[in-house]
Amino acid sequence: MTVLLSGPVDVVTAGVEVLAEALEAQAVGVRRVDWRPPPAGTAADVRTVLADRRRAAANATAVSRVAAAGAVLADVRPASEALGIEPGTFFHAGPPLTFERASGPMRGALVAAMLYEHLATDPDDATAQLEAGRLRDGRPIRLEPCHHHGTVGPMAGVVSPGMWVFEIADPGSGRRAFCSLNEGLGKVLRYGAYGPEVIERLRWMSAVLGPLLRRAVRRRAASTSGPLDVRSIIAQMLQMGDEGHNRNRAGTMMLVRELVPELLDAHDDADLSMSDVADVIRFCNGNDHFFLNLVMPACKLALDAGRDVPGSTLVVAMARNGTDFGIQVSGTGDAWFTGPALVPDGLYLGDFGPDDANPDIGDSAITETAGIGGFAMAAAPAITAFIGGDAELALATTRRMYQITLAEHPLLQVPVLGFRGVPLGIDVTAVVRTGVLPQINTGIAGRVAGTGQVGAGLVTPPAECFTAALSRLSTLARRSRTS
Amino acid sequence: MGTHVQVLRGRYHDSVTLLATSRAVASVAGVGSAQVAMATPLNLEVLESMGFTAPAASPDDLVVALRLDDDLLHRGTDDEGVVAAAMAAMEAALTRRPSSGGGAVEEPDRTTAAALRRAAAPLVLVSVPGEHAAAEAWDALDAGSSVMLFSDNVAVADEVALKREAARRGLLVMGPDCGTAVVGGVGLGFANAVRPGPVSLVAASGTGAQHLMCLLDAAGVGVRHCLGLGGRDLSADVGGLAAAQSLRMLADDDGTELVVLVSKPADGAVVERLASLASELRLTVEWAVLGAGRPDLTEVASTLCDRVGSAVPTWPSWRPAGTPAPSTAGLLRGLYSGGTLCDEALAVGSLAGLGPIASNVAFDPGWPRLDASGPRALAASLADAGHAMVDLGDDTLTRGRAHPMIDPSLRLEALADAAADPRVRVVLLDVVLGHGSHPDPAAELAPAVSAALKESDALDVVLCLVGTADDPQGTTGQAEVLAAAGAHVLASNAQATRLAAALASGTPAAGAEEGS
Repeated sequence: MTVLLSGPVDVVTAGVEVLAEALEAQAVGVRRVDWRPPPAGTAADVRTVLADRRRAAANATAVSRVAAAGAVLADVRPASEALGIEPGTFFHAGPPLTFERASGPMRGALVAAMLYEHLATDPDDATAQLEAGRLRDGRPIRLEPCHHHGTVGPMAGVVSPGMWVFEIADPGSGRRAFCSLNEGLGKVLRYGAYGPEVIERLRWMSAVLGPLLRRAVRRRAASTSGPLDVRSIIAQMLQMGDEGHNRNRAGTMMLVRELVPELLDAHDDADLSMSDVADVIRFCNGNDHFFLNLVMPACKLALDAGRDVPGSTLVVAMARNGTDFGIQVSGTGDAWFTGPALVPDGLYLGDFGPDDANPDIGDSAITETAGIGGFAMAAAPAITAFIGGDAELALATTRRMYQITLAEHPLLQVPVLGFRGVPLGIDVTAVVRTGVLPQINTGIAGRVAGTGQVGAGLVTPPAECFTAALSRLSTLARRSRTS
Repeated sequence: MGTHVQVLRGRYHDSVTLLATSRAVASVAGVGSAQVAMATPLNLEVLESMGFTAPAASPDDLVVALRLDDDLLHRGTDDEGVVAAAMAAMEAALTRRPSSGGGAVEEPDRTTAAALRRAAAPLVLVSVPGEHAAAEAWDALDAGSSVMLFSDNVAVADEVALKREAARRGLLVMGPDCGTAVVGGVGLGFANAVRPGPVSLVAASGTGAQHLMCLLDAAGVGVRHCLGLGGRDLSADVGGLAAAQSLRMLADDDGTELVVLVSKPADGAVVERLASLASELRLTVEWAVLGAGRPDLTEVASTLCDRVGSAVPTWPSWRPAGTPAPSTAGLLRGLYSGGTLCDEALAVGSLAGLGPIASNVAFDPGWPRLDASGPRALAASLADAGHAMVDLGDDTLTRGRAHPMIDPSLRLEALADAAADPRVRVVLLDVVLGHGSHPDPAAELAPAVSAALKESDALDVVLCLVGTADDPQGTTGQAEVLAAAGAHVLASNAQATRLAAALASGTPAAGAEEGS
């Protein structure tokens, strides 16, 4: 109680510079806040939410649940079976979307899924049915966010019944999360391509890759080692130069290392040939992003554990559908707070340029929401060769993210920062007050349907997602005070 | 006359930095006047009143307004050259920042929460604009730190909520609008370098506390802590939350032997509750609630000297250089920078037989009220007034500029006006030294005093100098410069007021208490 009156006085100052200088003139230890005003019109909401006496404890609860969530690879299954998804229903990345408002790559991915599911004869036929909102046989076409079904999908994130998905489990809570299998780079469905090679690859993935992985994963889960610990690989990949969003090379290698013995054993009790096994290993090994589709559901699981804590200002989802960027917040239930998705700033493949880029798309920003990806860029200086910038940028980015996060992850650490935990748990109030927006590393899809990937780079959410969420938190805080 | 107005979007600097920047820009050759300010509605009004066309801008934007000198002889260059030089001077002034030590690669902390997460601190000093101040204060309390809220314009509801939470956590919220505190010998905000000792102050009045501490210092009585409350704490709305918490903390403080509570007139029920709390805590509290008919600060200082067994000294004063003005009667002009000091001068002056004294601060409702809605209105109002006492630190007069304890320009203009008014017999001023105040007020004030005395043979300037020997400006040096310029300089505001009143009524013998 008398710390103030008995101590040596160290002072943190926020505001007028001469007051800080006057303290220094008295040989007092002064640390200055680099304070800047928040956007006009937000001050009252900031005050109300900070005054909400539920907030500190709610955030501590929410973020500790996120940090504590485990993630093991439980199974690989068809989406129809794992998610109960019916023909004509498609999950997609980001907040809710109608086909009318969908961007090129989202349309292209939906066309690809229609073709893959044998629901259309050609791309024009697929587009006509999607526009009509009905299949030929009259059944409705439903577009639903992956996030509403415990699922996440990179880029367009389209999931249809015949696709196979990874099933990740949190052993502590039994909670599950799902993600499709990664197709590789270039012309792929998730970037909006729908050519014959795209459909052919998807068919092979459900005929060969999915079943073989399932056998391997189930064998591993039943072994004395127990199921593959995805969170442990994520912790290791951060110490091997990956950030878990745009660089997943070490993670993929560790996954393959773990699965190869099970794949080789698995062929004994299957009709599949050794050459199929070799194809599977070659496919996984040849795609540096194969592990991304395990990182994402692991992050989703962790953040879902932080949901629905009244008074918490923790962001539990950031996701983009190619048109809108949306966030969800622990204290505001299932509401999405959206703004127009921005076009990433980055490097382009071949002859592509900024004019070819689609606005930001994909559920993969779940990685940043969980403290890795752009937030862990300091762990992956090599990423800068892929997305632009230099090693200093990588360090500065991670350091900046600590300004808007609630905690540091106890297990996921950055070696170059002295094994400091990654900045974990975006705080809506901190984002609004500082104007520092979450930094997202991302791939860039071509804006014209069918193009595929055109580059990779850096992007942020639009600021209005956070001011809108803050406004809702403020309303709820006032309500809780009067009730 | 050429003008140049430019908006720099989203560029924030605090108002004191911008004041210094405006000065730097105004000193560029070819610039007649300059205003560099955040585009708040108030500042845009100020720009309009200066004759500029206010641009479309939001409060987050920085506005640069220049009036170019007409006289081409004073210029070495054309308009564009002047503007470029002015903008360069602005950038130079704004980018001057003290080195903040090593670790330049670390990202600067952007919120109080982030700074306290990096390392704990017992105290946070918040002086951001009022509507944002509560946010930083909540950060401090949530991290277990006490807060001094220098900021004003904080809502009463926020003040009450913050102070309740602080008390619940055993922490203290000083303010809002708390200008002065001393904690363990460290002066915060506007504060003097006082010797350490057994007396702790709990103060709802900034300059009042400064004055009392300086008098105690002159008497050889030291100060342990001065905990500021903010002007509203002892109102019925706030209920003395910070005062009560201060008393609880001081009751646990081994170094405090005697507590004095300094305040302007306060809510009676609140004071009663605090008195019973003090007796519950077995804490010895001297109540210095100021107002008409109550002991002035100099009397309070004398009482405190008695209580700690120290002799009451002769309060320091310095005689003016030059020949005394003739003993005629005339008007009194009090031009104060310290609000409580102005209140005290009104109370003391009212007993000195001068009759009604006009003022911009509420005192006797039957007395004339000065129009202080702006500097121009004030000047016009003073031109017609009889005896007058002005608080130049009043909110309406500090819009768009720094407090007169930092920026003397408004007072220098008022002093010149008073000297030019043949009815005025005596000008009464305060000068407050210490941390946070102007670095050398005598350098600006002494020439103005000389000029005023030169302008009028029948004028006296009486000055209350609030300071200590260890203040950065040095009290003795400041006093000698001001006395050499012709001012009567006194350490006691009550004595200075009585001297001024005697001079104004043409009975200088009553001024014998000066310098005796």
